[in-house]
Amino acid sequence: MKAVCFVKSVPDTETRVRLTGNRLDKSEIKYILNPYCEFAVEEAVRKKEAGIVDEVLVISMGPSRAQEAIRSALAIGADRGVHIEDDNLDGSDAIVTARVLVEAFKKEGGLDNYQILLFGLRAIDGDTWSVPSMIAELLGIPAVTNIVKLDINGNKAIAIRMVEGGEEVFEVELPCVFAARKGLNEPRYPSLPSIMKAKKKPITRYTISDLGIPSDAVGKVGSFTEVLEYTLPPQRQAGKKVEGEPEQVVEELIKFLREVANII
Amino acid sequence: MNFALSEEYKILQKMVRDFAEKEIAPIVDRVESEENIPDELLAKMAELGLNTITIPEEYGGPGMDTISFALAIMEVARVSASVAVAMSVTNMVAEGIYRFGNEEQRRKYLPKLARGEYLAGAFALTEPGAGSDAGSIRTTAVKEGNEYVINGNKVFITNGLKAGIFMVAAVTDKEKGKKGISVILVERGTPGLTIGKKEKKMGQRGSDTVELVFDNCKVPITNLLGNEGDGFKIMLADLDGGRIGIGALACGVMRACVDEMVKYSKERVQFGQPIANFQAIQWMIADSVTELEAAELLVLRAAWLKDRFLKGEGGRFTKEASIAKLFATEAANRVAYRAVQVHGGYGYIEEFPVERFYRDIRVTTIYEGTSEIQRLVIARSILEG
Repeated sequence: MKAVCFVKSVPDTETRVRLTGNRLDKSEIKYILNPYCEFAVEEAVRKKEAGIVDEVLVISMGPSRAQEAIRSALAIGADRGVHIEDDNLDGSDAIVTARVLVEAFKKEGGLDNYQILLFGLRAIDGDTWSVPSMIAELLGIPAVTNIVKLDINGNKAIAIRMVEGGEEVFEVELPCVFAARKGLNEPRYPSLPSIMKAKKKPITRYTISDLGIPSDAVGKVGSFTEVLEYTLPPQRQAGKKVEGEPEQVVEELIKFLREVANII
Repeated sequence: MNFALSEEYKILQKMVRDFAEKEIAPIVDRVESEENIPDELLAKMAELGLNTITIPEEYGGPGMDTISFALAIMEVARVSASVAVAMSVTNMVAEGIYRFGNEEQRRKYLPKLARGEYLAGAFALTEPGAGSDAGSIRTTAVKEGNEYVINGNKVFITNGLKAGIFMVAAVTDKEKGKKGISVILVERGTPGLTIGKKEKKMGQRGSDTVELVFDNCKVPITNLLGNEGDGFKIMLADLDGGRIGIGALACGVMRACVDEMVKYSKERVQFGQPIANFQAIQWMIADSVTELEAAELLVLRAAWLKDRFLKGEGGRFTKEASIAKLFATEAANRVAYRAVQVHGGYGYIEEFPVERFYRDIRVTTIYEGTSEIQRLVIARSILEG
């Protein structure tokens, strides 16, 4: 059995986000492998170490820096990478991304070769949470997202999904998409020897024409959504303190919650 | 010329940063107050390859280069100078064995350092009467049959309590002065080697600094590193690499000082505004970042030159290693001073980390060659050239 991880290069969480006019200023951003993708890769590599999986493929779409994210995944222990890089892809939204990833996946043999499809639940930059489910839909296979546990038994998998107030246990037939959340595992520190080994692991490169995708089907032109504006999150306002005798304070607080905050 | 770090360096840098933040930062206060680096931490570092960074795969190391070593030390030192110095010295000892040892010695000792069976290595040169004047050591190693019998005292030995292997400089021929000095590998637990007094230090308290007493300590003659009489040269050549480590350590501490200065100056309000608004504070920050970045470039250049030298692609890097060590450690002392100054009274109490940085950084202009010795090395290489 083989596993594939779809990963993304995202700005480091410590990056200071700056806006130049209505554009994201990317000049000072440091990029890392999306932390949720790390859970996915770690899980796939553990399945390989347990003898359940015999190959872990990593696929990423993005500019040249995506290669670094792939290399980080290879340092964790994945076997080889696929990097889809094409200037036309700039500005692609979630559904376009999902379609391109599916074409690259098919080029690698698709569901005939890979039965476990692992994702991070979300990418910490765009944060659409949608690509894993879109890919499952495009491939016509089930998806279990938000998982904290994954057991593979032959052709079936048991995945535990976190929901508000509890857990859902799913038994699914493979192939299946799984989207990892925090808690699925504790990703290892890639050791120095693994980082050296990762340098020698192969990365295949595709452009959209390699995948038979016309340029007007991707990027801003091919996307359904359009980014109209970037704004920084509002500054947190200072809290309001209600002071005085208890009876008075309660009354004032209720009045505030009802009339100003509009929440009761 | 290219100042960008390659993919591999960036992955390494991020890994060591994560490791330092998650595995070292939570215990850093305990490391300092108990004056001990837990064995488990040293073992984990060995497992990741951090104790033998430049050692080739065939001897159990990751086979990375000096730039990787410098970047890793910077990240560890940003969190703990004590752990960084222990790591730097162990790497220096591993490299000494690799560069100057024979095949048998490499196979015997390097995998043990790489696996963490030896938690550390120690470099035993300094004696009570031989500091900057390292050529005046008095410890002797007398050949008797198949053994060297070592007698003498070593002081200020980093990692003495943790080391599995010691590189010991001793006089094998009194007539020949510096050319009569040899390096002998001594395993921990060898009868006749006693670990003496542990020093109470101003800073870097987590790293142990001890006295070693050799009293008729017998080791096989096969433990001679290189040839008899090469010892002084070997120790100095190995120290060139060590200086890159200490320069990198200073950069790490400096980076931590800058981080704290920036954070505090934005939070601390005086005269109705954050003190970061005042030019007096801004200039201290600007000067500190300037010195930090200059130091990082000098250290990485020395590392790059060393890698070229080891590959046979370039000349010696002694002068550049000394320049990097001199500048980085002196700058780090200035930056730590400013970091305390920006914090005012809070910089003088233990609740704020800059108090420790200020103490930790002081020794860096002293160990592995004082600033004065670095200047001597630099001046000589220019005047004699």
